[in-house]
Amino acid sequence: MPVVKADHAQCQGYANCVVGADDTFDLDDDGVVVVLRLEIPDPAVRAGGGQSWCPADAGPGGPPS
Amino acid sequence: MLGRAARHLDVAGAFVELVDGERLAYDDVVVATGARPRLSPWGKPAGVHYLRTMEDAEGLRADLGRGGPLVTTGAGFIGAEVAATARQLGVEDITLIDPAPVPMGRVIDPATAGRLGAVHREHGVTTVFGTAVEAVESVGCSLMVRLAGGAVLDAATVVVGIGAVVNDEWLASSGLPVGGGLRCDERCRAVGAPRVHAVGDVARWRHAGYGALVRTEHWTNAVEQARYVAADIVGPGGQGPYQPVGYVWSDQYEAKIQVIGRTGVGLDPVTVERTGAARSFAVLYAGAAGALVGAVTVSWPKAAIAVRRALKVDTPLAEVYAAIGGLPAPAPSTL
Repeated sequence: MPVVKADHAQCQGYANCVVGADDTFDLDDDGVVVVLRLEIPDPAVRAGGGQSWCPADAGPGGPPS
Repeated sequence: MLGRAARHLDVAGAFVELVDGERLAYDDVVVATGARPRLSPWGKPAGVHYLRTMEDAEGLRADLGRGGPLVTTGAGFIGAEVAATARQLGVEDITLIDPAPVPMGRVIDPATAGRLGAVHREHGVTTVFGTAVEAVESVGCSLMVRLAGGAVLDAATVVVGIGAVVNDEWLASSGLPVGGGLRCDERCRAVGAPRVHAVGDVARWRHAGYGALVRTEHWTNAVEQARYVAADIVGPGGQGPYQPVGYVWSDQYEAKIQVIGRTGVGLDPVTVERTGAARSFAVLYAGAAGALVGAVTVSWPKAAIAVRRALKVDTPLAEVYAAIGGLPAPAPSTL
């Protein structure tokens, strides 16, 4: 089962993860990522949340290679 | 294939020709040749920099490590971010110059851009707006920047950030419609050549939502458009038109500036100040029917998220105003 991780130190608040998968990510009042659930039961959901690429490489999508 | 440029695209023959003459046949071809910095009209003596590549950034950092004065010509995203970053690196003497009356005036309305210009001055950066640079000259080991009106600035380092030029010249022999980018339809397919696709800075595509040709030079679009085109190639017609909500950010000092959708000149801005947070606000822009069409948020990421969500569907500006501000919307006459 895919595990959701986020690097709070890397997060810059660009929020692409939230826009791509708002059932999994949110931002706190300081603009730092908050993980709403630690596991994604359906791997297809992860693919569907593929827009959660992160410019700061703080999320599971990472920057484009 | 790195280090070998393409010099010709032959639509009828369905091949791309490289500079060494090799021909690569294709079923589909993606044009992603990007853009390059607009060259300095004042020459490029030692100490003058562009900022596009990693090598550019490393060269600039090395020069800034020797201290100022630093002059940035152009107060768009590049100039403004360089000024802010240099200040945070400890460079003392910085001047930000632009012929426009405010920084980032191409994408942000004048009043909001004026507030952002003030942030530079609060951090000790000298701003010279509404004034053109006439010359950058090498004098001994330093530089001299001559302004319209006769003022002269000494500089150790000059950054030229005056826009980008599209790398579409190599397509001139293809017969494809180029000039300011490769002209594409709503699915990012070149007009008249549906197996030729374009992504990123070089693509000028018809945005169905805006009803206009659009070219976007920012990170988010390059990623989203590449995803779209890849899906279009493997499953043609499986998606609707490519009509993203534009999104770009800029980090300057402590300010996180996020620009979403349509903003800037010709739209009436409505500002929401964030309660309890100085220098944190959102500027909302409405279209003719009163629907939100875009926003600029400053140090307020949650407002930016609310705007991005609202722009996925037609949402009245007043509704977004109330949601992010926690306040009743202003009277309709003020929207």
